[in-house]
Amino acid sequence: MTEFLQQLINGLAFGSILALIALGYTMVYGILRFINFAHGDVFMLGAFAGFYLAPKIAVVLPLPSIAGAFVVLGISMAVCAALGVLIERFAYRPLRKRPKLTVLITAIGVSLFLEYAGQFFFGAAPKKFPDILPVLPITKIGGLSLNSNQIIVLAVTLILLLALRFIVMKTRIGTAMRAVSFNPEAAALMGVNTDVVISFTFALGSALAAAAGILWAINYPSIDPLMGILPGLKAFVAAVLGGIGNLPGAALGGIIIGVTETLVSGYISSTYRDAIAFAVLILILLVKPSGLLGKKEIEKV
Amino acid sequence: MNFRHAKTFLLGALAASFLAALVASRINPYWLYIFYDIGISIVMAVSLNLINGYTGQFSLGHAGFMAVGAYTSAVITNQFGELNFFAANGIFAVALYAGGLAAALAGLLVGIPTLRLRGDYLAIVTLGFGEIIRVILQNMDKVGAARGLSVNHGWTNLFWTFGLAAVTIYVVASLVNSTYGRGFIAVHDDEVAAEAMGINTTKYKVTAFVIGAFFAGIAGGLYAHSKQFLTPGGFGFMQSITFVVMVILGGMGNTVGVILAAILLTLLPEGLRMLSGIEHLPGFTAERPLGWIGDTRMIIYSLLLIVLMLTRPQGLFSFRRKRN
Repeated sequence: MTEFLQQLINGLAFGSILALIALGYTMVYGILRFINFAHGDVFMLGAFAGFYLAPKIAVVLPLPSIAGAFVVLGISMAVCAALGVLIERFAYRPLRKRPKLTVLITAIGVSLFLEYAGQFFFGAAPKKFPDILPVLPITKIGGLSLNSNQIIVLAVTLILLLALRFIVMKTRIGTAMRAVSFNPEAAALMGVNTDVVISFTFALGSALAAAAGILWAINYPSIDPLMGILPGLKAFVAAVLGGIGNLPGAALGGIIIGVTETLVSGYISSTYRDAIAFAVLILILLVKPSGLLGKKEIEKV
Repeated sequence: MNFRHAKTFLLGALAASFLAALVASRINPYWLYIFYDIGISIVMAVSLNLINGYTGQFSLGHAGFMAVGAYTSAVITNQFGELNFFAANGIFAVALYAGGLAAALAGLLVGIPTLRLRGDYLAIVTLGFGEIIRVILQNMDKVGAARGLSVNHGWTNLFWTFGLAAVTIYVVASLVNSTYGRGFIAVHDDEVAAEAMGINTTKYKVTAFVIGAFFAGIAGGLYAHSKQFLTPGGFGFMQSITFVVMVILGGMGNTVGVILAAILLTLLPEGLRMLSGIEHLPGFTAERPLGWIGDTRMIIYSLLLIVLMLTRPQGLFSFRRKRN
């Protein structure tokens, strides 16, 4: 039982990182109806932004420290938000009226470009992510060992999810986002500047991906330019599982995938862990293609 | 490709590849292996073109089918010791065919549940399928798991590579030009309208997928008996992307363009390798001044994809204006 709870906690920490990435996929899909393949690489760039920022921050603020870690997190999120806006502006916006396949191929191109340009500039060898958080002694609760980093991951994820919910539900721009995702033409007629809304969506999604990258790097401190591929794909599966376009669904899907993968690799076989997410994907597409919380879409001619 | 000359093309190409195989011993082995790669790339790209180009689906797992064919044929031929010329080629033909069938079966298994879905989902599922194949191969101890599988016979030659490339081209060209094959193009142009005209779109998509997978399996067999060593990692996502780039560069649904792109993109890494291997250049003091170029292949591919989609989405080698 203790071991099961332990695996559950590990799975929750992994799953909440996936959830943060999945939110970016689902927001972009909700508004533009296309899969932003490069999203997993924005996650990677978030981790690398933290890697290169940490020594600079250490000059001003003591590192490792909680305050320093939050500054690193914040600046990385801002950097990736800007990057997300740039990618949308230069790669996707010129193609907005073109067939979806064209945009999809471009997104794959952007993803490959970020990965291999990353290998070229950062080097292909894995790098050790600096310690930006003080490592607290592991707390033991009834035989469970709780890593302080895992608690930070869960707490930061929770805060970001609440912040996102606030932005989407309570602010003007959030209302505009929902309007555009509901019907872009009608929203534009009502005076919503769709370009601004789309840029904002990319900024928001990329910032969350960057946060996921930093949290990932704190927990698994080896980072490399191809690290975004698998988490990116798994997060996409999470978004589909929860019902793509649905924000709570993406968070739920991320947690489910994370926990399932950790449990399977703990109890059945760790070598099959990377295949789990895809098996789940094929299963959900067979049984309920609209996802757990998604609504069934009727195709109109 | 002009359909009326398709049979002439097939017979001519078969005869030419047979003659080429006779003089193969005079060709520099380095170039010989590049020629094999070109033939294999043509089979892969033309068969992928049937799925991605003509039928308008988007598969990102073509290398996964190649892996199925490669491992199946290698396991079969590894059962045999040294054989005489006729027995060897006979067994090789059977092994290639079996590899193709195994890949086609895999294509059927993946295709039936997923091809009811729309394009972008299909891309992810096929990508996931490629990963699943890789993970399964890595866990199969009988085929060497992650250590890899050595293939005992190097039976691939110019006749088999270019002969089978010709067969692939012939089959795909004949198919899409036949009455039945117009259905593929109908599915590509407008799925809803095709359905309304009584075309069973799912059946067409699965058919394209299975035929494409069959030829990918055959290409896998050729690859296995040319490289003589297989690793699960050799059939990953990047490999699939390379074939996708060939199809897009050549122009989706344009067989001749795709063949040209397959040749070009097989030669490109060799060219880059040569450039980066140059020891001295006038004006440069450092040794191997262009050494960094060897690492830029994937960056070039990715930029090619982006720029192509922004400026020439119909492909580099498509000159006719596509009807909308």
